[in-house]
Amino acid sequence: MKRHFILTIAAMTLGLLMFACGGQEENTAQNNEPPQSMLADEEPAENEAPDPMTVKGVGPVQSIELGEIDPAMAEEGKMLFESKCSACHKIGEEYIGPDLKGVTARRAPEWIMNMILNPENMVKEDPIAKELFAKFNGTPMANQGLTEEEARKILEYFRTQE
Amino acid sequence: MNAKIKKLLVAGLATALVSACGESKKGDSKQETALNTDAASKVYVAPGKHDEFYLFTSGGFSGQVGVYGLPSGRLFREIPVFSQDPETGYGYNEETKPMLQTSYGFVPWGDAHHPKLSQTDGKHDGRWLFINENNTPRIARIDLTTFETVEIIEIPNAGGNHSSPYVTQNTEYVFAGTRFSVPIPQKDVPIDSYKENFKGTLSFIKVEKESGDMSLAFQILVPGYDYDLATGGKGPSHGWAFFSTYNTEQGYTLKEKTASQNDKDYVAAVNWKKAEEYIAQGKYQEWDVEYYNNEYDEEKHMATSKVEKKVKVLIPAECPGLIYYLPTPKSPHGIDVDPSGKYIVASGKLSADVTVHSFEKIQEAIENGDIIGEVDGIPVLNPEKTVVGVVKSGGLGPLHTEFDDKGYAYTSFFISSEIVKWKLGTWEVVDRIPTYYSIGHLCVPGGGSMHPWGKYVIALNKITKDRYLPTGPELTQSAQLIDISGEKMELLLDFPTVGEPHYAQAIPAEILAPRSKKVFKLEDNKHPYAVKSEAEARVERKGNEVHVYMTTIRSHFSPDFIEGVKVGDVVYFHVTNLEQDWDIPHGFAVMGANNAELLIMPGQTETLRWEPKKAGVYPFYCSDFCSALHQEMQGYIRVSEKGSNVPLKWGLGESKEEK
Repeated sequence: MKRHFILTIAAMTLGLLMFACGGQEENTAQNNEPPQSMLADEEPAENEAPDPMTVKGVGPVQSIELGEIDPAMAEEGKMLFESKCSACHKIGEEYIGPDLKGVTARRAPEWIMNMILNPENMVKEDPIAKELFAKFNGTPMANQGLTEEEARKILEYFRTQE
Repeated sequence: MNAKIKKLLVAGLATALVSACGESKKGDSKQETALNTDAASKVYVAPGKHDEFYLFTSGGFSGQVGVYGLPSGRLFREIPVFSQDPETGYGYNEETKPMLQTSYGFVPWGDAHHPKLSQTDGKHDGRWLFINENNTPRIARIDLTTFETVEIIEIPNAGGNHSSPYVTQNTEYVFAGTRFSVPIPQKDVPIDSYKENFKGTLSFIKVEKESGDMSLAFQILVPGYDYDLATGGKGPSHGWAFFSTYNTEQGYTLKEKTASQNDKDYVAAVNWKKAEEYIAQGKYQEWDVEYYNNEYDEEKHMATSKVEKKVKVLIPAECPGLIYYLPTPKSPHGIDVDPSGKYIVASGKLSADVTVHSFEKIQEAIENGDIIGEVDGIPVLNPEKTVVGVVKSGGLGPLHTEFDDKGYAYTSFFISSEIVKWKLGTWEVVDRIPTYYSIGHLCVPGGGSMHPWGKYVIALNKITKDRYLPTGPELTQSAQLIDISGEKMELLLDFPTVGEPHYAQAIPAEILAPRSKKVFKLEDNKHPYAVKSEAEARVERKGNEVHVYMTTIRSHFSPDFIEGVKVGDVVYFHVTNLEQDWDIPHGFAVMGANNAELLIMPGQTETLRWEPKKAGVYPFYCSDFCSALHQEMQGYIRVSEKGSNVPLKWGLGESKEEK
């Protein structure tokens, strides 16, 4: 009975895997196209990708105001980064995921927080995240279950790493 | 169900099977009828939709617990409890090995029987599931937020922990009686001195209100009968516990015959509130024993064993009013109290009838001194004064009774292979339905509590024969889902079960599902070998022990290469899963491991012991598909000859060395 069950699960898993792999290839194919050309069909007027600093991404964070860097908050963010993110990300070096040095100069703060808080949907729906997902061989960005407050602290830490 | 009954009733069973198999031909047309009605739609749970109930089934000789959904009958999980489980590493990894320690040493297998949900105010509260182990007497507690076994307590002075683990109305106690009497305390005596030397015990295990922590509060020493099953009082009978007995003949050989001589055996009625008074007054003996209490710490992700050395024992002759015997025909098996707490229903398994004692009448009989005898200081009450009704069932071999919320009882009949529905108070049979085949226990959601959810009864069958595709001599066990919402019972579904489902309990999903834990928080991880960031990942040598402090996250181990291990070393891989996302466990498997894999939940740390025997380079890898780059999630460990001077070195990308 048990073995039977495992076989069933194995067969189902195989099925899922094939499906998942298929899905991934499809994404990769899509992402090989420059995003402009995809937009070009629908909106011929706009043939340039939007400035990444204006893209807020997909997720809970709509708009945040940045003030002066808060060093205490950045310090807490650093500790969170080291325990929850450093298995895949480094500052100043491309690792499993992208190098995060200067990320706040390349991406909107909302985008960064949404990428931390909602990675599953970001890599499916946000054009920049999709492109990165393809570039990094489909390595998933792990959802580390952080709160919005924690993600905000990590963002503060990134601001000190320009 | 025990092999003894099978043997005892072999002739009857054979007859029943022949007739039942005959019926199954007729049954086919019945099934067609069922399919013509809306039976299929009643059990259909659309893809992605959830079941209405969780069903917990005992795995019997598998030692585990099965978790199913109702009405679909889909298997979700098998919870390892009393048996090692290579799939999860339970009982193999260093953290859970202590769970299976006993006063007999490490016991890798158990015979699990009766899953019982914890109760508050007589209602299943969804906090814990208790289950007994018959062979090496133990009781386990499963935490229903993690669905993990978190405690196992051994029961001393016991043989055959079968009438166990029954739960009182507010889970004050789980209690247990001995099916096999043995010399208590154990000693080397001739087996034919049974009557003189063999005794039983009834054990009461206190459950700490908040933590669930179990401890053996006291035992009652009782005559050497076989205490078969039990039940807790409720409502008016709260404070009492009832145990069925057989073998009041005290046979020790050819028991299928010798234990079936008496017209009546006993139901033991125990006043446990009185027992508490005697304990408080110090009217107990303190005996030397040795038993294990193993607890799993959900923050350390690690179990530890405690050895206990004393137990308080109450002797009935010294404690008047503690226990009474109620004569009951005929080798009563199941003993069940109805939701109102007024009726105690005993199924004499060698009888056709079901006997009902009234709690109120028992109290009157005690008050009036309606006593017809005494055994070792235990008064025997006059059954004419305690029995309030007899269900003339027309069936054969009644075993167990569950109740709905409309005043009806459902009794399983092993020999005649059926469920009989009867009315409490009038004792009249109102409906019956065949089961395929040879039903043992049965389950109504909320069974055993004051608040059953009377939508289904689940038949837990001993034999499947031709019911499923054949799989050689060994066939699946099975359950059958029967709709009891209407006047007539209606068979909806057959589904196979893991191991032998002795008993099962079901609870609405809306009580349990919202409490189910998704991940273990990394910051709460207090495992002494946990590493909470890759920066801390390292390898340390202590003599011939090598401790690998390893992390996992999609899709790599850190470190993923290790050198400097030598033949003769004992390597401990302490693997922390850094993921904090639901349903992202990682596996850890290393070539040549003599134990099992690890299956590490998000935020958890587990340890695999590995003793390399030959020089070489050995791969390790993630055994649970985790991401698109799961196949890349692997590493190597180099093993050098004993005495080699290869330095200890490890890394992920870059290399680090022992300072």
